[in-house]
Amino acid sequence: MTISIDPQKTNNESLQPKGWLRYFSFSLDHKVIGIQYLVCGFLFYLIGGTLASAIRIELASPMSDFMPRDVYNQVLTLHGTIMIFLWIVPVVNGAFGNYLIPFYVGARDMAFPRLNAVAFWLIPPSGLMLVASYFVEGAAQAGWTAYPPLSITTPQSGQIIWILSVLLLGGSSIFGGINFIATIIKLRRPGLKLMQLPMYCWAMLGTSLLVVLSTPVLAGTLILLSFDIIANTGFFNPVLGGNVVVYQHLFWFYSHPAVYIMVLPAFGLVSEILPVHARKPLFGYTTMVFSIMGIVVLGLVVWAHHMFTSGTPPWMRLFFTIATAFIAVPTGIKFFNWVATLWGGKISINSAMLFSCGFIINFVFGGITGVALAQVPFDIHVHDTYFVVAHFHYIVYGGTVFIIFSSIYHWFPKVTGKMLNEKLGILHFIITFIGFNLCFAPQHWLGLNGMPRRVAEYDPQFQFVNQISSLGALLMAISTIPFLINVFLSVRNGKDAGDNPWNALTPEWLTSSPPPVENWEGEAPLVEEPYGYGKEIS
Amino acid sequence: MTTLDSSKEIQKNNSEVNDTHEDFRMFGLITFLIADGMTFAGFFAAYLTYKAVNPLPDGAIYELELSIPTLNTILLLVSSATFHKAGKALLKDKNSESQKWLSFTAFLGIIFLICQLFEYFHLPFGLTDNLFASTFYALTGFHGLHVTLGTLMILIIAWQARIKGGRLTSQNMFPLEAVELYWHFVDGIWVILFIILYLL
Repeated sequence: MTISIDPQKTNNESLQPKGWLRYFSFSLDHKVIGIQYLVCGFLFYLIGGTLASAIRIELASPMSDFMPRDVYNQVLTLHGTIMIFLWIVPVVNGAFGNYLIPFYVGARDMAFPRLNAVAFWLIPPSGLMLVASYFVEGAAQAGWTAYPPLSITTPQSGQIIWILSVLLLGGSSIFGGINFIATIIKLRRPGLKLMQLPMYCWAMLGTSLLVVLSTPVLAGTLILLSFDIIANTGFFNPVLGGNVVVYQHLFWFYSHPAVYIMVLPAFGLVSEILPVHARKPLFGYTTMVFSIMGIVVLGLVVWAHHMFTSGTPPWMRLFFTIATAFIAVPTGIKFFNWVATLWGGKISINSAMLFSCGFIINFVFGGITGVALAQVPFDIHVHDTYFVVAHFHYIVYGGTVFIIFSSIYHWFPKVTGKMLNEKLGILHFIITFIGFNLCFAPQHWLGLNGMPRRVAEYDPQFQFVNQISSLGALLMAISTIPFLINVFLSVRNGKDAGDNPWNALTPEWLTSSPPPVENWEGEAPLVEEPYGYGKEIS
Repeated sequence: MTTLDSSKEIQKNNSEVNDTHEDFRMFGLITFLIADGMTFAGFFAAYLTYKAVNPLPDGAIYELELSIPTLNTILLLVSSATFHKAGKALLKDKNSESQKWLSFTAFLGIIFLICQLFEYFHLPFGLTDNLFASTFYALTGFHGLHVTLGTLMILIIAWQARIKGGRLTSQNMFPLEAVELYWHFVDGIWVILFIILYLL
């Protein structure tokens, strides 16, 4: 059965607001929705970043003097939740996915445009609700993991708002995932084979599979947790005969794949950016595809490595250690493929390339500490210390956020038709890279020496290293300024980009900048070799 | 020559792409049901873990009365069959017959819900009595929510299947097919739930 598209129904542009107003409307255009995701996510990034700065100011001195201890707990909970659920997941999936995937599969929009708009518009209300919970009776205090019994015993209203907000965001994520799977599998332009798709499509397919398989488990778990809080049941309350470890298993069944939901799309994006700026085909396309799918499969069976200190039986420790160590294989393949893509290429040193290279450096470091953390004896030693904090931020900030910035530098000309200023961009990269490593590298040492995470006070012997870390955080906060100046100046007075300023071969560059409403005037081009750099054009 | 032909072929495909596309709403629904099934899988996993490792307080038991849930299982299985009948009737343009079968399916769904409520009111334990009681109510309640939604949707499509001015015809089977798939899914979940919760 086929559906005929009524031009009057899909071409309702005349009914839609024009100009910047359309970004505040229930637009069905995947490009508008992508930008909505990006800008909304960035605003929450600024909030989450402010909270991170508050944490680092507090930790500049060993005593709890900048804010009360319970406020510190709220701040770290909000920081984690906002950064994960409102910045990284919506931006690497929702923003770039919505903008690029229809181009890559040669479609005029996503498979379910209305569902797409609904998925976006779930985000701002739940995000505002989460932030506003601070002003009700205080926000949730149990960290982004919301482990019971802590989440049951801390003030209830904040925790319930937190659960509601994460449920809505999870729903948004699932809707998005369904849409991406349908778009990539079903909406491909005739003649375009799966193995001809740009790598970001594969990354999004894998990510969406993880979203669809694991997010519902988190939703179910949080529903049970809210029963414990509101209705006084005892699912996770040991006092009433419940079992806290069951919560941890269910939670990490989502939240370990969530790490891949945050980082797999970044793998895809960097695989788009490197070949363009190195003028070489992506090295090892097929191995890339198989390693993405390998990570998807393995990512679903490694969750208990977060729980080695939760009374996990030895056989489980053994299994999850081995499974986790195996993930290093596909990830390592991807790392070597990126390096091989750069090898001998005509590399342009620009902001997008610098951020991508920064990603590779930070990510391999975070990956090595990840393999270390998978080993039970080591993990028991550093569990819940700053070593874990450092590892995690090397993956999500040094990895994913670097790629988000790299992607903004790469696709800004396509979205706006204007170039970003390269000098400001390189300044942004230098401050971010130094600030990031200054902030998080010392935290490995802190963790190895036993400084626990999520506590407002610490042993005075750690003060100097904490101050170095806080200095790095200050630099990271400052690094946002040249970026914002750059974006505002370039949108107004930027150099005209033309349709294809990077001479790239992926399909989104084969249309005008900014692209027309239905992506192409006329028919969608068939791009059989999205990475055919250095080959003669036939 | 051949290249010219193939490019024409592609252009033809292209114009088809621009005006029509394959119906993948069903594909989207299946993806959604997989996600929904994972929620149940999480609940089942939690329940089985509790049963294996968490001893109940003295006097509490896992045994349940079987007569009502067995009747409920039969009701849902029969309703799956009657729904199938409704689809077949609609395919032959017998709208009123289809409507009858759909109404009967919804009726079976309502009976299921009434039986479920009856069981709730006659159980010897309440929501917060012990871990088994909480899990029992959470699982059956979450499933009951699905049955309620399904019954409402069946009533809507039964109304849509009316002969004049209805949206459900043999040319537009999607609403019926979608709700039917959802209903089979809910029935399948019930069978698993019945085995795990009542029989094991």
